[in-house]
Amino acid sequence: MTNLVTLVQAAVFFGTVIMFGCIGEILTEKAGNLNLGVPGIMYIGGICGLASVFIYEGSTENPVPVLCVIIALVSAFIGSALGGLIYAFLTISLKANQNVTGLALTIFGSGVANFFGGSLNTLAGRFEQIAVPVTSAAFRQTVPVLSGLGTVGKLFFSYGFMVYLAVIVAGALEIFLFHTRRGLNLRTVGENPQAADAAGINVTKNKYLAICLGAGISGFGGVYYVMDYIKGTWANDGSIEKLGWLAVALVIFTGWKTRNAIWGAYLFGVLYWMYLYIPGLTRASQEIFKMLPYVVTIIVLVISSLRNNRDMRPPAALGLAYYREER
Amino acid sequence: MHNSREPWLRVAKRDGMSFPKRLAVRLGAVLISLLVCGIVIYAITGINPVEVYSTMVSGAFGTRTRLWSTLKEAALLSCIAIGLAPAFKMRFWNIGAEGQVLIGGMITAGCMIYLSALPAWLLFLCMFAGSVVAGAIWGLLPAVFKAKWNTNETLFTLMMNYVAIQLTSFFVAKWENPYGSNTVGIINQQGQEGWFPMIFSTRYFISLVLVLVLSVLMFIYLKYTKHGYEISVVGASENTARYAGMQVGKVTIRTMLLSGGICGLAGFMAVAGASHTISVSTAGGKGFTAIIVAWLAKFNSFTMLLISLLLAFLEGGAKEIASKCKLNDYASQMVTGIILFFILGSEFFINYRLVFRKSEKEGSGK
Repeated sequence: MTNLVTLVQAAVFFGTVIMFGCIGEILTEKAGNLNLGVPGIMYIGGICGLASVFIYEGSTENPVPVLCVIIALVSAFIGSALGGLIYAFLTISLKANQNVTGLALTIFGSGVANFFGGSLNTLAGRFEQIAVPVTSAAFRQTVPVLSGLGTVGKLFFSYGFMVYLAVIVAGALEIFLFHTRRGLNLRTVGENPQAADAAGINVTKNKYLAICLGAGISGFGGVYYVMDYIKGTWANDGSIEKLGWLAVALVIFTGWKTRNAIWGAYLFGVLYWMYLYIPGLTRASQEIFKMLPYVVTIIVLVISSLRNNRDMRPPAALGLAYYREER
Repeated sequence: MHNSREPWLRVAKRDGMSFPKRLAVRLGAVLISLLVCGIVIYAITGINPVEVYSTMVSGAFGTRTRLWSTLKEAALLSCIAIGLAPAFKMRFWNIGAEGQVLIGGMITAGCMIYLSALPAWLLFLCMFAGSVVAGAIWGLLPAVFKAKWNTNETLFTLMMNYVAIQLTSFFVAKWENPYGSNTVGIINQQGQEGWFPMIFSTRYFISLVLVLVLSVLMFIYLKYTKHGYEISVVGASENTARYAGMQVGKVTIRTMLLSGGICGLAGFMAVAGASHTISVSTAGGKGFTAIIVAWLAKFNSFTMLLISLLLAFLEGGAKEIASKCKLNDYASQMVTGIILFFILGSEFFINYRLVFRKSEKEGSGK
């Protein structure tokens, strides 16, 4: 039973990182842009959040936790949205290929983040290990009182606020995309930009907004990873990149619906951590088990293409540049 | 057609630019991006931009060892790009080069470990064949599903990367040496079985020659053979290809076998020709960078060699700067990203032109 509880907890931590990445990407893809820069954007979000509070915590004697959190989130959002803006400018205004631009953004983002992550202390003239204890503690603050309620408390309330924020954002995006006029407009842009243009919807504006907002949300995944998952430090081990690609995979898994991302992300988490709970695994065979989320994604991909399910299809104009003067 | 309010700026398609002009736009983009990189590096380290580039040149080409190391990196990158070119020309988004390289490298390392008693020529044959077949299988799986059920290949190949990475982790843990280090260490350090021999006192010469030969062959294959023609027709329009009686599925599978095979060969070169070890970072992100190289070169293998050389120069140079300022190596990735953004953006000015409102008369002439 305790094993099961810790598995669920680990899955929720893991799932929250990719849930942010995934729902941001869903918003982007609904506008018809496949952004393979998600890992890069999550990297940028993570390092912007970390760097800003590293400077803030270093500059005052008594950092205010609430302010720390706000600084981290705002700078992560701005940084990732700027990353999205580069992608948006290249693919929308300059009509560059989306996949290639996204990959370039991933290279750039992971370069920037790992460079500053590894050199931040040298650059700031402070020669200690990067650590932001106050901010990290604020991010990991569990729900008071409720988290003490035995198993139920552990299962549902033993997390930092970002876990709940992810679910709320996923829900809000679901309502926005499927129950508002603006959401309908955005989906039209992704399905058929010509029709949207003819109906008087500003295709360019919708795409830019969706990409930048989507990137900002994905960036939260990075900042959550840095502050909560690895407790306010930096690791140049490429794990954000791995998680970023899983977030892209999760988009397919959810069938482009943020409501499915909520349980899908946790399921990926369970699959990822499963190896810890299977007895008799050696260090080598554990690695085989860590394949599970990727293999499951492949299976889902194959099954959904076999069934040719209309409900699970990507937006029709996904990946295509829109040029008004083209037939 | 003519609105009452003409926009201040609009975009019109160009009919095709002359070669010298295209070259000028691209070179201009590279130059501007190098300038921007210089400024970025200056902002971070305070080294003045002129010194930045002289440091980078000496870092990448300064000594014989550095020159060969840069050439080796360029050769590896272009080998992967050459492998990817046919797939991308067919508009098959093979994002899985990273995994194909890794699995090829893993088989090579396996051969070096288990078959080191074989005579050298047989060992090399095993490594060569094994890596090519392994890479080809990694490319074949997504291709078969794409051909039969139109499964999305971008994500399938992407996921195959991680299957390869975990598989490699598994074998790294199995082969680790010394025990508990979780790294394989240098394989066959004593007898150097399965290492590329030294020619002109460098081990990288064979890789370089292999890649040059491959690039010529790929150029001919894509441009002058029936297969190459089929690839470009399928890439331009699948329906046209079907109408012309081509079996799209067969072309897809055949091309991905080739593409994966060459990527697997790159893994063979990376392990037997350079690192003599295997880890999950053997491919080191080159599988992704090579996609952009292939795309930017418009699948021309000789252009790929040039772009790879530019990127390898930046990598070597940025590492030198980083070590000089006690910063870390990832500076090179950042610089690479900036350059790629600029080259990607410059394509726009080759395919489109901007028409301003006041120049409307000349603009609407043609």
